[in-house]
Amino acid sequence: MGDSMHEPAVTAETIAAHQMTSEEYDRAVAILGREPSLTELGIFSVMWSEHCSYKSSKIHLQTLPTSGSRIVQGPGENAGVVDLGNGFAAVFKMESHNHPSYIEPCQGAATGVGGIIRDIFTMGARPIVLLDSLRFGPLTEARNRYIMGGVVGGISGYGNAVGVPTVGGEVGFGECYSHNPLVNVLCLGIAPVDRVFYARAGGIGNPVIYVGAKTGRDGIHGATMASETFDEKSEERRPTVQVGDPFREKLLIEACLELMQTDALIGIQDMGAAGLTCSSCEMASRAGTGVEIDVRLVPRREEGMTSYEVMLSESQERMLLVTRQGAEATVQKIFARYDLDAVVVGRVTGDGMMRVRDGERVVAEIPVKGLVGDAPIYRRRMSRPIWQDTLQQLRVEMIPLPDDYGEVLLQLLASPAIACKAMVWERYDHMLFLNTVVGPGADAVVLRLKGTEKGIALATDGNGRYTFLDPFTGGMIAVAEAARNVVASGAEPIAITNCLNFGDPTRAEIMWQFAEAVRGMADACGALQTPVTGGNVSLYNETMGKAIFPTPIVGMLGILEHISHATTPAWKEPGDVVVLLGETREELGGSEYLKVCHGLVQGRPPVLDLDLERRVQRCCLDAIRAHVVRSAHDCSDGGLAVALAEGCISDSDKQVGVDVTLPEAIRSDALLFGESQSRIVLSVREADVSKVQVIADHHGVKVTPVGRTGGSRFICRSRTFHIDLPVGDLDRAWRGSLPALFGQGRPEARNA
Amino acid sequence: MRFGIIVFPGSNCELDCQWVLQGVLGQQADLLWHKESTLKDYDCLILPGGFAHGDYLRTGAVARFSPIMAAVEDHARRGGLVLGICNGFQILCEAGLLPGVLLRNASLNFICRQVHVRVETTQTPFTAGCTEGQVLRVPINHNEGRYYADGETVARLQGQNQIIFRYVTPAGEAAPEANPNGSLDHIAGVCNQRRNVLGLMPHPERAAEELLGSTSGLLLFESILSSGPAPSLAHG
Repeated sequence: MGDSMHEPAVTAETIAAHQMTSEEYDRAVAILGREPSLTELGIFSVMWSEHCSYKSSKIHLQTLPTSGSRIVQGPGENAGVVDLGNGFAAVFKMESHNHPSYIEPCQGAATGVGGIIRDIFTMGARPIVLLDSLRFGPLTEARNRYIMGGVVGGISGYGNAVGVPTVGGEVGFGECYSHNPLVNVLCLGIAPVDRVFYARAGGIGNPVIYVGAKTGRDGIHGATMASETFDEKSEERRPTVQVGDPFREKLLIEACLELMQTDALIGIQDMGAAGLTCSSCEMASRAGTGVEIDVRLVPRREEGMTSYEVMLSESQERMLLVTRQGAEATVQKIFARYDLDAVVVGRVTGDGMMRVRDGERVVAEIPVKGLVGDAPIYRRRMSRPIWQDTLQQLRVEMIPLPDDYGEVLLQLLASPAIACKAMVWERYDHMLFLNTVVGPGADAVVLRLKGTEKGIALATDGNGRYTFLDPFTGGMIAVAEAARNVVASGAEPIAITNCLNFGDPTRAEIMWQFAEAVRGMADACGALQTPVTGGNVSLYNETMGKAIFPTPIVGMLGILEHISHATTPAWKEPGDVVVLLGETREELGGSEYLKVCHGLVQGRPPVLDLDLERRVQRCCLDAIRAHVVRSAHDCSDGGLAVALAEGCISDSDKQVGVDVTLPEAIRSDALLFGESQSRIVLSVREADVSKVQVIADHHGVKVTPVGRTGGSRFICRSRTFHIDLPVGDLDRAWRGSLPALFGQGRPEARNA
Repeated sequence: MRFGIIVFPGSNCELDCQWVLQGVLGQQADLLWHKESTLKDYDCLILPGGFAHGDYLRTGAVARFSPIMAAVEDHARRGGLVLGICNGFQILCEAGLLPGVLLRNASLNFICRQVHVRVETTQTPFTAGCTEGQVLRVPINHNEGRYYADGETVARLQGQNQIIFRYVTPAGEAAPEANPNGSLDHIAGVCNQRRNVLGLMPHPERAAEELLGSTSGLLLFESILSSGPAPSLAHG
């Protein structure tokens, strides 16, 4: 090739600018048997970026359980596929867009939504639901409000217009996210279980067809940018963030799904990170073939783009198809209907090479097996930080008991992590497709599965503070709590996807956090029989040397045998008995209470006994299926007191008071606000209490009746405290907090 | 009855409307692509919610030029029923089939939630099955839903009984806090002078099953059904 390349020479500086180490460069030279051209260097650098290659995380991810009777497709494809029965499959995955969302919050979040939606419909599923797991710095700082406002606006703007409802998720806060917000988006689609499509470039000679939006210079090196830490110059990287067009994506969804009704399609993949490069060589790699592309045929919206730029562009709303020979006209007819480009840009080859031409000139020629299969894998150095012991020390006796427990409760309800997020989710269309049986604000989202009696439930969860204090336990709890949320909504947890958000993996303590958290997740997924179907890893979440809390986010999928099992946290009628499943221990470490009232992120997170967790979940689910549960709510952030309060206020249309008396064997602040795991608050009809008792006995779960629903006050007492507040006060603290932080009054009342 | 649901590129509530009409009410409901220029005989055309043509310009401003709109206008002129929901309402206003415009919400934010609207008159084929003053619980889902028209137009609408729905409290009062988007005079839906074209911002198709929290919206569709096929549109 040599002199025909017409590209600048590759120098040591170019190599460094591509974030490649000299070892990685030597590896590329060995694979090629010569020095790479600039286009080739670009291709190697993005394919071997952390974002695309998982080079630091792979050896740990391999320890996660990935098989189960319902799993149709585990990790390794665009998304995981789970058999729901009745001929339906759920296709789902979660992905992060953290780095772009810091640089440009609105477009960063918007294109995150667009990207994950493409991963779902590329497999033949109509995307029906989105959930977002978001983390921001404290809202007392204007810059964090700007970032959150931008991210929520981006999700709203893209998700609503693309026509996929955003039905749930969660929002958390912490100082460590000020310069590294987390934007993790989960999308789920439904497909016929026997019509799932895969990203494979099969059949030598078959056409490779480019469909969707035209290619521009946006997003070049996005994948590489997402594989670096930030410094004070991060804003200069705004041009690496792409701009989304939800309208184009909506058309792309409809056109692709229409094409999938025909027999034209062999394989399909979206052009996400590393664009045309990643989609073409991954498809060839999975099929064991080669692929040849002529960049001159690629539809462009800018003049004078080089082959390097075309191959590395991350312009949005583009897909790459491999179809049967002779089906080109079918494809073009369908896409023309939607005014979308559909252009044959290459062929599947049998020589195992990824060959890029610019007209007659060959500008890159790389063995696919070497590029994908021989990507570097690192067993990075790990060590438990020396400060971990100090961090875990918590002298509970030094923490003063509150004077006014009611005041603490109001403070916790107003804490942004716990406060009502209606201000966020009212900006999302959460009702489209007429499936939303339980919408935002409950433990989990519940959707009906049209054409069946079943439903699905989805929850996202992950506590960075717990994982920071003890990565192994934090990893376990992320899985257990997401499962508990799904159970409390009436569903059986069946599989997870995840986003693993961590700092710089070249630092031994970060790698230790990562390995420990993954080990915890693996244990919990094993014990709860919820295999991992895929997800993504986001490393380098650091700015100026300061990492985020290690934050593994779990997206849990559950199935409701019958949609009538759907259950919500709010009390339903006065006079019901409130019972607590599980036990409260004297645990304050890592709690929202310690953080909010004492300014401490300290101690060990609550203990998690996976066997007990499994029994509590089985017990709750059996009780729901026996139709003896009126409401169910996971006891988590803010502890039992907050869970009880949310029972009173979470349904804005129907608020019911409560009167409970708690037996006191531990510190009263731990009793009220401690975050012991494996607890669920139920309300049941008086006549059904004994039935719940029988079910709990069967599972060996402790059940404690604590009081009754009714009235318009929140009354919670023991020997040492007596909280008595009007439900309206709780409601105001909880519902008014976020709007007040954003300086918005609420002109529209929720209730007359 | 025969329903035609117009699908613009970027529409997204067409399947929901079809689900309610076919699945819940057992009616025929065809999806009609915006590039069609002729229509078969339909009793009622529905312009569903969504973001027609992306709505990057003023909402509905591009959609009114879609080829099918001439046929929609012709259908309306012949007395056929036309129902515009949300984006459909915006398009009907842009097309001049309904008076007024839909501006950006006063909060400047997209709003998706349940609201209450009061049926101001039963003198339309779309509300004949309701009672006057009845309060419906129906969700809204829009960024540009703030109804506006000049004073003269609003007075005329009021005088000719063309204001069909107003945002109210659950108890039926047009209190300021019940107006979710700053609409002039709490207007949530209006009809044309001939009363065969209705536009409203709330989504009745999202309030058609108990499982999803409300069946108020069914009243609109049932009213249309009991109005029967328009005589001037007898099937040939």
